[in-house]
Amino acid sequence: MRWNQLVRNKPFMIGGCLLVLLLGLMVTSLFYTPYGPNDMNTAMRLAPPQASHWFGTDNFGRDIFSRIMEGSQTSFVIGTASVAIGLVIGLLIGAIAGYWGGWMDEMLMRIIDAMLAFPGILLAIMLVSVFGPGFGNTIVALGIMSIPAFARIARSGFIQYKEFAFVKAAKARGASSLRIISRHILPNMASPLIVASTMRFSGSILAEAGLSYLGLGVQPPDPSWGRMLSEAQPFIINAPWYVFITGAVITAMVLGFNLLGDGIRDGFDKKR
Amino acid sequence: MRFYIRKLATFLSTVLLVSVITFLVFQILPGDPAEIVLGVDADPHQLVELRKTMGLERPAAERYASWVTDTVTGDFGTSLRYQRPVADIVAERLPVTLSLSVMSVGLTLLIGLPLGIYIARKDGQLSSMLLSVFTQLGLAVPSFWLGFILILVFSVTFKLFPTYGYVPWSEDPVGAFKSMFLPSLALAIPGIAVVIRYLRNTLLDQFRMDYVRTARSKGLREKSIMYRHILRNSLIPVLTIVGLLIADTLGGSIVVENVFALPGLGNLLITSIGTRDLPLLQTLVLYIAIIVVLINFVVDILYKVIDPRIRLKR
Amino acid sequence: MLKIRKTFVTGFSTLAVLSMVISGCGSSASPAPAASGTAQTTNGNSPAKDSSSMERVEGGTVRVAMSTEPDNLDPYLSAATDTSSMMDNVFDGLFEAGENSELVPAVAESYQISEDGLTYTFNIRKGIKFHDGSDLTAEDVAYSYAKLSGLNGKEPLSSKFAVIEKIETPDDSTVVVKLKAKDAAFLAANIVAIVPKDYEKQSEKPIGAGPFQFVSYAPGQQLVLEKNDQFYDQERKPALDRVEFKIMPDTNSSVLALQSGDIDMIPGISAQGALQLGTGFQIVSGPQNMVQLMALNNTEKPLDDVRVRQAINHAIDKDVIIQTVAEGNGAKLGSNMSPAMKMYYQEGLENRYQPDVQKAKALLKEAGYENGFKLTITVPSNYAFHVDTAQVIAEQLKAVGIDAQIKQIEWSSWLEDVYNNAKYEATIVGLTGKLDPHEVLGRYETTYGKNFFKFSNAEFDDIVNRARTEIDVTKRADMYKQAQTVLTEQAAAVYIMDPSRSVALKENLHGFTMYPVQKYDFAAMYFSKK
Repeated sequence: MRWNQLVRNKPFMIGGCLLVLLLGLMVTSLFYTPYGPNDMNTAMRLAPPQASHWFGTDNFGRDIFSRIMEGSQTSFVIGTASVAIGLVIGLLIGAIAGYWGGWMDEMLMRIIDAMLAFPGILLAIMLVSVFGPGFGNTIVALGIMSIPAFARIARSGFIQYKEFAFVKAAKARGASSLRIISRHILPNMASPLIVASTMRFSGSILAEAGLSYLGLGVQPPDPSWGRMLSEAQPFIINAPWYVFITGAVITAMVLGFNLLGDGIRDGFDKKR
Repeated sequence: MRFYIRKLATFLSTVLLVSVITFLVFQILPGDPAEIVLGVDADPHQLVELRKTMGLERPAAERYASWVTDTVTGDFGTSLRYQRPVADIVAERLPVTLSLSVMSVGLTLLIGLPLGIYIARKDGQLSSMLLSVFTQLGLAVPSFWLGFILILVFSVTFKLFPTYGYVPWSEDPVGAFKSMFLPSLALAIPGIAVVIRYLRNTLLDQFRMDYVRTARSKGLREKSIMYRHILRNSLIPVLTIVGLLIADTLGGSIVVENVFALPGLGNLLITSIGTRDLPLLQTLVLYIAIIVVLINFVVDILYKVIDPRIRLKR
Repeated sequence: MLKIRKTFVTGFSTLAVLSMVISGCGSSASPAPAASGTAQTTNGNSPAKDSSSMERVEGGTVRVAMSTEPDNLDPYLSAATDTSSMMDNVFDGLFEAGENSELVPAVAESYQISEDGLTYTFNIRKGIKFHDGSDLTAEDVAYSYAKLSGLNGKEPLSSKFAVIEKIETPDDSTVVVKLKAKDAAFLAANIVAIVPKDYEKQSEKPIGAGPFQFVSYAPGQQLVLEKNDQFYDQERKPALDRVEFKIMPDTNSSVLALQSGDIDMIPGISAQGALQLGTGFQIVSGPQNMVQLMALNNTEKPLDDVRVRQAINHAIDKDVIIQTVAEGNGAKLGSNMSPAMKMYYQEGLENRYQPDVQKAKALLKEAGYENGFKLTITVPSNYAFHVDTAQVIAEQLKAVGIDAQIKQIEWSSWLEDVYNNAKYEATIVGLTGKLDPHEVLGRYETTYGKNFFKFSNAEFDDIVNRARTEIDVTKRADMYKQAQTVLTEQAAAVYIMDPSRSVALKENLHGFTMYPVQKYDFAAMYFSKK
């Protein structure tokens, strides 16, 4: 897959632009936000969008735009960390199952199947209710939720590639399993794994919003988009912009990652 | 035959594993169910009485053991919160979640399949691009947010549908349909997006296949190629998607039932976590998980029926 | 709407001292400032009309949104206020709670108390029927009280009745209750439900003698009551045919449901919800006799230092909290007593700690925490109101150098960690008020099992102990006032507000009255023609 090919790919470009925008927002928020994200101005509660408050203010008179900016950190951290957890553990499970096969494969795949039996958010709900809500626990729960997807991709990749000529050749040369995996198999699996990562990233963002709606997500006063959305709901009639903007931002980030993933997949497919 | 036995063994072992996970996970949930029911205003005497009714004075190991034996014999025990057999409560709530799932999967296929075919045939045209935008948005929107917007638009502004609640089908079929429509739609939209995308991709793949070219060169009409060959070959991947969709719908219903105050299993599940009603909670989780495993099992079997070429290992 | 209720004052002048308990609460109490009485507003352009000018309609069904599931239909096994507010319509007690915390005669027509304060004689009204058609007699009352007190040989069900030594029924309409010791709190306990003798299925199909009878309960869906045609009290006879309590855990959904006409009433609508409603609805609000407070663990460092607790009190601006979290609908508090308890409420305490950053800093410096400290505020996650309050408080504490972290936990964990084991630093919770002050202030006694404040003060214990057996009403009230002052001076907690209870009703639904306890009297409600 070549760069100029990707640049001509519309989904990739749109998704990329969205994400660059959001990423820029996040980086800026590390140094600067128009207002303190937790600063309350009780004289200006639920103010509509205006020059001084681009996205209006919430029920405590906090600037929604600043909170969205600050909240992007939470989203990126939760997304990245949970994908990382899922990727590492999933890859490990998939590698063991796929590369060595046998009873290990059988056992690991049963566990993965069992995990997949808890649909989507149910697994996260179970884990968070046991660990207790909070930033770290949310990440762990969403990370565990991502394991099966990666494990499956990794396993089929390993099964596929270990039969390939270049792998067999390396084996014949006496290369160690670790070397074969890291030098020959993993690079070939990069594309499906990257695609899956972008998808799981959006999955985590959506799941975090769902958990926060059920009151099991990130703790206040730290702004998280999911939490903001559930805090905004009581004001849906009086201050519809609060609900719409927060929901739209979540949608934009998920959309960005989905499109990016699609673009990469398209490019990858064309190469073959 | 070996294929079916093998699949059955897989199915059973997964069920076993799922039940073990369910048991283990919830054993560490902290909290006293009697105290949760009665709250801060509880009279100490009431607490003693309620603990007795709930059977909480027995040691945890004993309660757990009796729950396991109960479950194996098909009696799911007694809910701590409602003091009624778990099986009865689940049976009461099941129709709600069932109709929600059936309607939402129905809507998904009813809307998703034609649109998927349409978008594949008009690939590259404006209408199909617009549909792609819709699909992408459908995939990216949080379902409870969607639920709220649907309520705001269709119930509050236009008063077309009720905002909440469940009407039994036996009482008032029209009312039941109306009460289920918005929640099903909120659940279905991401599914519709998935079906459209998936169908489009497989169809486009099929279009490039050799047999299609052959059929075309033989002068077969486009419609006949589409329906007699391509769709049939696309059925298998779509089947997988439907299996996944049902699982997703069950998960999604947990959130959506809360938005629309539907007294279904998902709603019950959240309540039972809050009230530490372990017999009920474990049964519900187990129930949902087994349905999902069962659906996967059925899909696997159907695969084989539709396409006998499928072998054990892919 | 104004119903004339005869109180016990008439007819029992011989019991001068005791009748003051009743009348004192009702009429002669000093008026409380701020949030006394009931405020009624009508949203939209139609001004609040006098309900007497409306055309009253007999019959009709009221659909009420309830956010919680009943905990138990058996009145003796239930503790949730939401449940009792529904089931109170099904059950009548010897007395019913009146609008001004007075006791209104219900099943008991009259009563006498012996000179030594140990023997209570209740005269039961004749001709009362339970919903199953059987007569309510002294036997039923004795059965009910024996069950509550454990005199039937089983586990007692209520500590309030543990003081009973003996129950006698000389005839069908007389019940004599003998107490082991003088207990000033006993009288108010007699609002408890009277249940038919030997009927053990209250949890499944409750039977009482109240103005409404139980029809059905479908968990997660609804609880239905129907008018009791045989109700004994003509004055309280219900106009409505049917009351349906719809279980709707999501409060946002219930606001939308009210708006689209799917329900008729939301008791306890949030201030935000009330803002959302457009025209065609009325909001009735008044104090709900709740104390919202930030409890401080009095044994945890640095909160064991009274100066630190006082500094925290000075750092917090309660008015801002009331404005932002309750949209201004709340009465500022200074101690653990709501102004709704007119007779016992100590005025002026709410201004003991003025918001003053300098003073707070000075107190912290004195206590050796010049650079502030970290404080974890544990909040039950299912109460958005308390979570919101915590957010405001955390922000206010920042100004005096206290770094407050909010930790949300589930209600069940809250009960376990905070309420039972006092494993916390600070927490925000609302304590619902009771008719009797002992039940409110007894929480701070050193010996009280669930004193999660870990408050221990010899002076306070002494006052509350003496008040328990003090029969003189004015003296008793003064003691409780003193006790409140001790709590404020010791800064046992940060007493925030009594958030008003707001009830949203359809414009044509009338007769709703506020009580100092959470009580929804549907017998007094009726529809008018639109």
